[in-house]
Amino acid sequence: MADAVLTFSDITKTFRNRRQSVPALEGISFAIQRGHVVGLIGPDGAGKTTLMRLIAGLLLPDTGAIRVLGIDALTEPLAVQSSIGYMPQRFGLYEDLSVQENLDLYADLQGLAISERSARYAELMHMTGLSPFKERLAGRLSGGMKQKLGLACTLVRSPQLLLLDEPTVGVDPVSRRELWEIIYQQVQSAGMSVLISTAYLDEAERCDEVLLLHQGKLLEQGAPANFSHSVAGRTFQVTAQGQGHRGLQKQLSRAPGVLDALIEGEAVRLVMDKPEPPTAAVLLPELPNVYITAVPPRFEDAFVARLKTRRTGEDTALSMTLNVAGDARDEVIRVNKLQRRFGDFIAVNNVSFTVRRGEIFGLLGANGAGKSTTFRMLCGLLPVSSGELAVAGYDLRRAAAAARGRIGYMAQKFSLYGNLSVLQNLRFFSSAYGLQGKQQNDRLNWALSTFELHDFRDINAGDLPLGFKQRLSFATALMHEPEILFLDEPTSGVDPLARREFWARTNDLSEAGVTVLVTTHFMEEANYCDRLVIMAEGEVLAAGTPLAMKNRARTEENPDPTMEDAFIQLIEQAQQKAEVAA
Amino acid sequence: MTSPARIRLWGMVRKESLQILRDPSSISIAFVLPVVLLFLFGYGVSLDARHIPLGIVIEQPDTATQSLAGAFERSEFFILSKFNAIQPAQRAMDEHKIDAIIWLKNDFSTRILAGNESPMGVLINGVDSNQANITRGYIQGTWLAWLNLYAASHGQALPLPVILQQRVWFNPALSSRLFLVPGLIAIIMTLIGSLLTAMVVAREWERGTMEALMVTPLHKAEILAGKLIPYFVLGMGGMLFSVALAVWQFDVPLRGSFWLLLLSSALFMLVALAIGLLISIVAKNQFVAGQVAIIVTFLPAFILSGFLFDIHSMPGWVQAITHIVPARYFVAILKTLFLAGDVWPVVLTNMGALLIMLLLFTTLVWRKFHKRLE
Repeated sequence: MADAVLTFSDITKTFRNRRQSVPALEGISFAIQRGHVVGLIGPDGAGKTTLMRLIAGLLLPDTGAIRVLGIDALTEPLAVQSSIGYMPQRFGLYEDLSVQENLDLYADLQGLAISERSARYAELMHMTGLSPFKERLAGRLSGGMKQKLGLACTLVRSPQLLLLDEPTVGVDPVSRRELWEIIYQQVQSAGMSVLISTAYLDEAERCDEVLLLHQGKLLEQGAPANFSHSVAGRTFQVTAQGQGHRGLQKQLSRAPGVLDALIEGEAVRLVMDKPEPPTAAVLLPELPNVYITAVPPRFEDAFVARLKTRRTGEDTALSMTLNVAGDARDEVIRVNKLQRRFGDFIAVNNVSFTVRRGEIFGLLGANGAGKSTTFRMLCGLLPVSSGELAVAGYDLRRAAAAARGRIGYMAQKFSLYGNLSVLQNLRFFSSAYGLQGKQQNDRLNWALSTFELHDFRDINAGDLPLGFKQRLSFATALMHEPEILFLDEPTSGVDPLARREFWARTNDLSEAGVTVLVTTHFMEEANYCDRLVIMAEGEVLAAGTPLAMKNRARTEENPDPTMEDAFIQLIEQAQQKAEVAA
Repeated sequence: MTSPARIRLWGMVRKESLQILRDPSSISIAFVLPVVLLFLFGYGVSLDARHIPLGIVIEQPDTATQSLAGAFERSEFFILSKFNAIQPAQRAMDEHKIDAIIWLKNDFSTRILAGNESPMGVLINGVDSNQANITRGYIQGTWLAWLNLYAASHGQALPLPVILQQRVWFNPALSSRLFLVPGLIAIIMTLIGSLLTAMVVAREWERGTMEALMVTPLHKAEILAGKLIPYFVLGMGGMLFSVALAVWQFDVPLRGSFWLLLLSSALFMLVALAIGLLISIVAKNQFVAGQVAIIVTFLPAFILSGFLFDIHSMPGWVQAITHIVPARYFVAILKTLFLAGDVWPVVLTNMGALLIMLLLFTTLVWRKFHKRLE
């Protein structure tokens, strides 16, 4: 290990507060070689950020040793900080400083010699495409541009080791691709080593090596291809004639031997527990015309298989008992030429769509595309500037409380009371919707069992792990059995396993007749929707079924495009149109 | 200091200065707030008793009563209303139309020259005891002055054993503005030094910029100095601005040395900044930092510093508390330098106290602030 840029030897870190001590990392040992790009993956709360902060000298481990570029990180944190670049999850851009001023600040702080600056600035500006925006305040950049500026600031004095903590969360696919290009350019030109944590498993696949963390332990270290090997011969695609993909997925997820069943377009992707081809008779005994084809394994399959086997005994199947009346195929949400201005900034422009009862309808787009603003107008939380909207026949801005009682809303940020227990939160929100007595107790029991919160009922909501917080938010939005459900970025920051669980529940709701409107910046989640709109910069770029969207992007070179490909193509088309118009 | 360190420090200072210039709230706390406070306390709030509504009851008008009423009428301290019986005057007092009554009974003129019996009655509304005392003093003064003249004009020596000769030092006009305005400078500097500083550092925590700063090669001392220097300059700017307003707008004399004023202000500013930093290290969000800063720095500076209320008339235990309020020492210095001059024992003792506080708080800041997240 002569050429290791980073070594961890038996690192343990425990966070203590007055009541409890929470182990964050236990006995972690690994080494990273010079010039490698290493992905750090794992579910939420696995200890990824803690690990990054330990390297950067921001935290001290309880036991063990860390050497960064040959320096002891425990005794000489300042020396480490002088030779690495670290981009925290919320990178510290000063929003009231311009792009150039932010860059100047970090050049000063990193001690970049004045003589080297102009060349380095030009290079960074060229890479990030920020040259036209030098004088713009950082606060006025889009989410993707902010991340690129953050990366430029971190790279200002070409560090030998680059630490990136979830740099692509919530960033649009185009910027995400550009960020990766910058990272690889640095690795190739400057021989930089990179440790990058990510929630996107397709990104992990692009790394030289992957570290898989789970509950504070290092499960595996190796090349992504090696991970995928572990599920070789265990991955299949299933289609069945006359059976909707959603129902199919539900049946398959309960079939024997199935570890994971994931909706993929009109088909369902399976990961089996053994490398044997499953038969239709075992998987779907009641269905005729079932087609099963073997597919090459992906990194995500291995990730889920790996962690699912560890989460044994957890049955995510649930029974939603909701009493929803009304005819299917009714248009329950109608939006016509919706616009919302904030001063001279147009956040939402000319947005129109309709949603039918029982549909899962998605609003897809990067952060800042106008999804949440559209949502808030639909829920009556924000007045419209112009245009029309009706939810269940009402404009919720003016509608009576009765109309509001028919919708459920799950906000993007955790909006429960952190210092009330799970049960107290549920009780409060159900009484806010007028539930009492036996009815309320029935719903409380329903929520606790459906969302598997019984063991946590007396724990304060603020102390729950993220995945459980999200479950609790979801449960509170359902206490009054709403017929229309608004879910604003429910899967943001949630790991792949918890996201699967979430979508399983949403599917059940949809089958029970609940109309679901959901926003997401995860492009592949579009597959779960019946129909969707793709939004960018406040406008709808395209609307339709996921399949129709992907068909548009289908080309000779790319016969099986992903939703992300479709999105990038749409963005590029929109930009070309804008250029032609200009 | 090596060169990279100087570049880093300068980078911090420049960033902080740009942020101050772009943030309207920082500028208004440093320059608009002093104007508002100075004008409010300079013109609006007055602890002086002037234009006291006074009722005079004259049961039997004659030359003596006319002459006495005239003396009160001419005084700038009173606004006089006349009554011919005590009952309507008492009613007026009940209705808060007048604050005091001078009751001249029908035998006033005969008793006054007899000199052995009190010729008149005085009733004062005692709800505000401070105001009542001042009113009594003014009535007494006006009465004695009139009596002197009256006796002389009647060829009689005044039948009084002692005549009070009053001389007020330092503030001869007894104008409260002259002692409020210098004290205000301490309040303004507390706001800039503690409140503003606590908020801006907490903002860095809140917005996640602190984590990014901490992993740069910045030394702990450079982070602290980078924060201190711009706000020190801002605070001293606010101070100079207030002094200029005090001297030129409010005609407060500056009898002591300007340089001594500057030196002691700089010392106080550092104490205020150290407290502000300490608060922001403990409270890592703006709301809590703001609340704590107001409660532990601004309010004590207002109430317990001797700026508004005299420390010597406070109960003993409250007086003890005032010793841990840095503004107390600075207010004492300010009042001395403005109104009395370079009274070295006073100035040096108080500066010594400030110096001790500075050492105490900077030690605490140094020990509490780490380049780590826990």
